[in-house]
Amino acid sequence: MRWELDPSPSPRKVLLTYALFLGLALLGLGLLFLLYGVPPLKAYALLLSPLTDTLGLAEVMRRTIPLLLIGAGLALAFRIGFFNIGAEGQLLMGAVGAAYVALFLPPGLWSLPLMFLFGGSLGALWAGLAAWLRARFGVNEILTTLMQNYLVYYLVVYLVAGPWKGQMVFGFLYTDRFPPEAQLPRLGDTLVHWPTLVLGMVAAMGLQVLLFRTPLGFEWRVLGENPEAARYLGLKGGRLILLAALLSGFLAGLAGVGEVAGIHLRLLEPAQISLGYGFTAILAAWLARGRPLGVLLTAPLLGLILAGGDALKLALSMPFRVVDVAAGLLLLGFIGAEALSRRRLVWRR
Amino acid sequence: MGVREALARTWYSQGRALARPMLKLENITKRFGPVVANRRITLEVAPGEVLALLGENGAGKTTLVSILYGLYAPDEGRILLQGKEVRIHSPKEAQRLGIALVPQHPELIEAHTVAENLALGLDLPPVFSRRALVRRLAKLLEGHPLGVDLEAPVARLSAGEKQRVELLRALLNRPKVLILDEPTSVLTPKEAEALFQEIRRLKGLGLSVIFISHKLDEVLAIADRIAVLRAGEKVGEVLRQEADKDLLVRLMVGRSLAPPPKVPPPRAEVVLEVEDLLVPRHGFPVQGVSFALRAGEVLGIAGVAGSGQAELLQALAGLRPFQGRVRFLGEAWPQDPARLFALGVAHIPEERSMGVVEGMSVAENLALRTYRRLAPRGLLDYRIMEKEAEALIGRYGIRTPSPRTPVRFLSGGNVQKVILARELRGGPRLLLAMHPTYGVDVGAAEEVYERILDLVRGGSAVLLVSEDLDEILSLSHRVAALYHGRFVGPISREEADRERLGRMMTEGRV
Ligand SMILES: Nc1ncnc2c1ncn2[C@@H]1O[C@H](COP(=O)(O)OP(=O)(O)OP(=O)(O)O)[C@@H](O)[C@H]1O
Ligand SMILES: [Mg+2]
Repeated sequence: MRWELDPSPSPRKVLLTYALFLGLALLGLGLLFLLYGVPPLKAYALLLSPLTDTLGLAEVMRRTIPLLLIGAGLALAFRIGFFNIGAEGQLLMGAVGAAYVALFLPPGLWSLPLMFLFGGSLGALWAGLAAWLRARFGVNEILTTLMQNYLVYYLVVYLVAGPWKGQMVFGFLYTDRFPPEAQLPRLGDTLVHWPTLVLGMVAAMGLQVLLFRTPLGFEWRVLGENPEAARYLGLKGGRLILLAALLSGFLAGLAGVGEVAGIHLRLLEPAQISLGYGFTAILAAWLARGRPLGVLLTAPLLGLILAGGDALKLALSMPFRVVDVAAGLLLLGFIGAEALSRRRLVWRR
Repeated sequence: MGVREALARTWYSQGRALARPMLKLENITKRFGPVVANRRITLEVAPGEVLALLGENGAGKTTLVSILYGLYAPDEGRILLQGKEVRIHSPKEAQRLGIALVPQHPELIEAHTVAENLALGLDLPPVFSRRALVRRLAKLLEGHPLGVDLEAPVARLSAGEKQRVELLRALLNRPKVLILDEPTSVLTPKEAEALFQEIRRLKGLGLSVIFISHKLDEVLAIADRIAVLRAGEKVGEVLRQEADKDLLVRLMVGRSLAPPPKVPPPRAEVVLEVEDLLVPRHGFPVQGVSFALRAGEVLGIAGVAGSGQAELLQALAGLRPFQGRVRFLGEAWPQDPARLFALGVAHIPEERSMGVVEGMSVAENLALRTYRRLAPRGLLDYRIMEKEAEALIGRYGIRTPSPRTPVRFLSGGNVQKVILARELRGGPRLLLAMHPTYGVDVGAAEEVYERILDLVRGGSAVLLVSEDLDEILSLSHRVAALYHGRFVGPISREEADRERLGRMMTEGRV
């Protein structure tokens, strides 16, 4: 008996492996809950509770939006070998851009489009900087994008505590509320700011077409798979990477605009703007195996885990770290399934 | 005499078998999806014997030895080593059992030095110093006929030198069975001779050697027994003394080879002018390169591996900076591979891995130069791409289940055919070719020469760099050599013969 690489697993096998690993992760979770004195079945029910009512679904949806936008862009970036782990920072840049337009430019019909444009551009700029540094000086983008996260983090803290601090907020660290023209419409009384959701779906589908049906995408795939071949063909590697970085930064920026203009309606402390979407989206992109369209599936899945975790926190008032461990366990299950579905067990005496 | 009658008289078909084989394969079958790469293959090899495996591209040779080396598990059949059945789960297990493989494509870690790569084949303590490693390796390799610079980074080695490192690595563990998958594809005759010396020496020590090659002269020179595969099946097995070239060719491809075609004389128009070219590289530079290449002319460049021919070609292909004057059709030379191709300069690179994207399909790889043309309205038309691919697949006899198959699943020779088909198709004005028939079987090589000559007849110029002197001598109008980076010649084909070309390569004199 031995493991062998299986380069083209059948869909059924992939599905079964995922089911198996999900089962294992849930089993582990059950044990964990048992240790805390919570009946596992009740915990499972809570974890899946967001799926049972519209409010819960809305919660899943709300978390899906930024994961979708960022994940689609990251799927592209990772595929061509640009390891952008600064989506969190690019998201915050987008939020800053949106807040600037909302708070300091005269409000009007143009407010929302302008916020998306400006916020997205700031995100693109932020990612583009890392790509430029890599193309020009060979600086590793993993380091730069990571460091850039901290820079924006403190920029936002500075803004909400200093120059942009709201006039009517007293002790709190946030800006004034955005004018109504700068607030995104939502579905009913949920927090689902649907224009951003539409943008995310368009982005995932658009990137898929771009990557697999256009000459530009063709070049991206050549570069990502075999940089030597790209050189041999005379492709402009630096430019291709820059372009992908700009796109992925732009999408992360859009996600930031959506968060502040659709949910919080003001700029506030960075940890409250994003629940680490920029990092969770890395998983969404990775689980989608570098296919932007796949993120349409993986983003809601991760959205459910996040929303289910929240439901657990609220209902059981467990220490919230435990809930994070639970989410982590589930993600680990996915990672294991992803890795194992690409191998096969060969049975021989 | 037909193949069948010839075969009927051979030793093997009379039901003989070895008394005490070192290694025996019984009814090995391996499928990849619908492709049957090996079908019930039975083979054996005795101690101190060299068994040659012959067969067309995609016949299943690499697959068979990969099974022996534990890279694939066979679907059916068993393997016996010295009479005992063994199960080879992994290359590690193969090494433990004393089976070593020199792979078809070097699998060295480019960024590391030769010593570090060799260390991967050694049993080493968990902590050791680099100096101790080099000392130990130097001692192990002392007096070994195949010398290498232990401290050189692998990335700087030529294909031939990498091959040598792979061989040394295989030998470090003192194997009982040594498998060589096309070891001489990139070696000069002299390097190949050194390799044969080594094989004979190992044979004397009682090693069993399995040797895969497409070069029949080599097979006849080194093998004791020759097995021929076709489409996954063993179609014949003969003793060395029963075989001749023609029989082997007929066994392999089912027909005889035509005599080498005649090259028509070149035209007057000058296509490429190179004056005092200097290409900086690690070690010594390539220098003193001056020649003019006319339309319909083939200039062959020979040289011991690592003499700078790869760098010379890379410079002309726009992949490496150079000094000096280069003019193409009277115009300045743009240093940009994409623009060069647009101007009509095709390039068959030294390393196959540079010429294809393994994860992309055969059709996409065939379109690597022309994809822009396939998107008239912004979107790539895959229907046309695949139709064009099918035409090329037919024309060049590329063995692939479909145009959508990733190139990763093609055999080595078929990957080379993909590169050739793509580069030759547009009728380039100038072809820069580095050992174009590397790893291509004799039948297909004949067709490749025919395609290249079609180009030449149509007025294309060809710069042919090859380690195969026969290839150079049979195709070229003029020949030159590189000796330690120095350009020697060119002289006309009429003045050249193997000895003279050999002198140019090894002594740097015309
Ligand atoms: N991993 C794989 N998956 C699918 N098909 C494969 C795989 N490896 C090999 N094949 C197919 O199996 C057949 C035999 O391939 P193999 O590499 O053994 O040929 P070969 O005789 O070594 O040819 P060459 O002389 O070109 O190196 C080919 O048709 C090839 O396309
Ligand atoms: Mg092979």
